[in-house]
Amino acid sequence: MHAAPGGLLVAVSATFKRDLTLMLRRRGEVLNPLVFFALVITLFPIGISPDPELLASIAPGLLWVAALLAALLSLDSLFRGDYDDGSLEQLLLAPHPLAALGLAKVAVHWLLTGLPLALMAPVLGIMLALPAGSYAVLALSLAVGTASLSLIGAIGAALTVGLARGGVLLSLLVLPLYIPVLIFGAGAVQAAILGDGIAPHLAILGALFTVSLMLAPWAIAASLRISING
Amino acid sequence: MWAFINKLRSPKWFYAISTKLQPWFWAVAALLLVVGTVWGLVFAPADYQQGNSFRIIYVHVPAAFLAQSIFVSMAVSGVVFMVWKIKVADMAAAVMAPLGAAMTFIALFSGAVWGVPTWGTWWMWDARLTSMLILLFLYLGVIALRGAFSSRDSGSRAASVLAMVGVINIPIIKYSVDWWYTLHQPATFTITGRAAMPMEMWLPLLIMVLGFYCFFIALTLTRTRSEILRREVNKRWVRELVEEAS
Repeated sequence: MHAAPGGLLVAVSATFKRDLTLMLRRRGEVLNPLVFFALVITLFPIGISPDPELLASIAPGLLWVAALLAALLSLDSLFRGDYDDGSLEQLLLAPHPLAALGLAKVAVHWLLTGLPLALMAPVLGIMLALPAGSYAVLALSLAVGTASLSLIGAIGAALTVGLARGGVLLSLLVLPLYIPVLIFGAGAVQAAILGDGIAPHLAILGALFTVSLMLAPWAIAASLRISING
Repeated sequence: MWAFINKLRSPKWFYAISTKLQPWFWAVAALLLVVGTVWGLVFAPADYQQGNSFRIIYVHVPAAFLAQSIFVSMAVSGVVFMVWKIKVADMAAAVMAPLGAAMTFIALFSGAVWGVPTWGTWWMWDARLTSMLILLFLYLGVIALRGAFSSRDSGSRAASVLAMVGVINIPIIKYSVDWWYTLHQPATFTITGRAAMPMEMWLPLLIMVLGFYCFFIALTLTRTRSEILRREVNKRWVRELVEEAS
């Protein structure tokens, strides 16, 4: 394989910019997970009880589960467009490691899904009477946690992108793998409410992110190859 | 060494060797399971706290062992298949998945039944129960993914990748669920309070565990052989085999 002009960094940043531009041109798709997040949170007081005390006690878990589902919802389209129009095959042919290019796509996904969800969560927290003092932790834990969710979820998205109806299957594959992130993410918010130390939770969330960052790109690349060649 | 690996590549060779091994594993499995069952259910003394209900352990613990071991063997077969392109490894992984899911279900179900006399409820969000439930979902995901592809080869490779991702995640999930559980610890029961088992309860359990493992190997051999015949149905040696038989 000959050296590519511009090198790896140029290729990664080009992929990043391209994806960002494409996503920003379809604003509706960026907004949908956020609307979904707000909608699901609206369902809980209606379905359970509008009692602020009860809501406050379950708010950390509700916010985390709803954000997790909203992030999951947007995963199916992560590689779908590129698969349909053939640009995914071009990425495969590019003389750069597919893992790095995939990582750029995942970064865009997090920037336009995970990060907005994390920033929006405190607003919904107010509506669920989330106790004061835990709002910053909620946003921070979601920001770190959704990065892991995007990385892990991208493996599932890459595995199912070649299937015509991969949506439900994707959730079936990915949700069990989300459980550790959910435990420590919701745990961090819970700990902030109880006044316990939040550092251990955030540290483990960071560790989960680091491990996903190291291993997920390789799994994503292998899965994309399977989906393209299959 | 290479000659050996090349031999392993050939389904025909595996078929021949498993023809010889298979009856031995079935015989040992049957022997161990019968001895273990009779010993555990009839001769082992009743537990001084739980009475006879503790005898569920003779199904529950071996099933739980297998549930986890089978996932690991499935992932190892996946690695072997992906790295050395040994098709028999994938066939074995394919037949292991439903058995592993069944064992996980048996472990969960026998645990639930056992929960009624000991905890007074069918289900508790106990750390081990929860991890087992997640393991069941992981199995179902692997089985569903393999089935979702129209090309068998893509399905095999996708299932292998997912099994590898799953096997890396299992310890992380188990650790985090344990951690989660200690945070929400309900104060009602303790199963760990019981001291180590006396020998006359432990020996039949050991026999049952070994019996379950032999059963797993025997069943995997038999089902892999069927899978070989199914996938290699157009090969000459399979046709000759069928002609000989008929």
